[in-house]
Amino acid sequence: MAGKKKATLNRRDAVSRILKDRGETLVVTGLGSTTWDAAAAGDHCNNFYLWGGMGGAAVTGLGLARAQPDRRVIVLTGDGEMLMGIGGLATIAVAGPANLAICVIDNQHYGETGMQETHTGHGVDLAAMAAAAGFRTTLTVRTKGDLESALSTLYDAPGPVFVVIKVNTDYVPMVLPMRDGTAIRARFREAVLGDRAWD
Amino acid sequence: MAATKRKKKPGAPGWPGEIFDMLKRAGVAQVSYVPDAGHAELIDRCLQDNHIKTTRLTTEEEGIALSLGAWLGGERSALLMQSSGVGNCINMLSITMETRSPLLMLVTMRGEWGEFNPWQIPMGQSTRKTLEDAGMIVYHVDEADKVAETVYAASQVAFNSYRGVAVLIGQRVIGFKDWRK
Repeated sequence: MAGKKKATLNRRDAVSRILKDRGETLVVTGLGSTTWDAAAAGDHCNNFYLWGGMGGAAVTGLGLARAQPDRRVIVLTGDGEMLMGIGGLATIAVAGPANLAICVIDNQHYGETGMQETHTGHGVDLAAMAAAAGFRTTLTVRTKGDLESALSTLYDAPGPVFVVIKVNTDYVPMVLPMRDGTAIRARFREAVLGDRAWD
Repeated sequence: MAATKRKKKPGAPGWPGEIFDMLKRAGVAQVSYVPDAGHAELIDRCLQDNHIKTTRLTTEEEGIALSLGAWLGGERSALLMQSSGVGNCINMLSITMETRSPLLMLVTMRGEWGEFNPWQIPMGQSTRKTLEDAGMIVYHVDEADKVAETVYAASQVAFNSYRGVAVLIGQRVIGFKDWRK
């Protein structure tokens, strides 16, 4: 069955590698491990960290991408979070934002709730679902080499782009970013909009 | 995106078009929706507009997240649904509340005035309580000629005080659904 191959990539290494090339990219992270991963890679005013609203990360990215069509938007989220908002694949594909990439860090487990297995370890192929919904480019990354060649897709390919990165479940230390939602929102808006953030 | 062809009923009330005008006046740039018969005309108007970006949703809570994303990117938005969709939104409303971001929800009511379908009653009767318990400010309007001003007032509270505001458009405004047709 798909997904039974042991993943070798470490989630923190993968997210750090991706964000090293971020430039001016706007990043939305999903509850919860991808929020910690992004924090571990280095806090940034262009990060919007979701600490709740499970299932909402990808479509939050859609609203942002439509409002900022000239900026690249990347959503980093987990397999469990993406599954909870799976209808969002249809919504995003139909909206068709050229500047949006969804990147699922897929460890096939619910990492925050006791490491129960998710559906992706039992044959559900998120990249295939995104392709079937109509995403323009979809990829599944399993190795460091795959990840290197996926970077240009994440940052430059016409969207909507969907990249699944299969990662292992090795222990990583908890790294928590700021958690006050009003502060996260205000900082992000000021970074994106300048003085217009306070209108 | 092409709008669906709909037959306009002769003498149909003008409140959907008035809502559209109010959304434009309030500077709404994005409109997302899960269809409802009560919102059909407004959805068509939004689809036909060259400036409003419309997003068709598969479920209502996507619209909460979409509105937050739009606000993060500097755009005002509105979310259209019927009352049965309100229950789908509750946990997602936490992102609106926790980030103190505006949310303008326009909800057409079922399960209240003259409802025929008993399955609509439970959610229709708990719509207001549910939204208020989730932290939303709720306006209810039951007269067609007060819909536009209520939507505009709600938009001002949402976008100027950074709050979630829902306008419940009463089933009395929408009229009886004729089940024999």
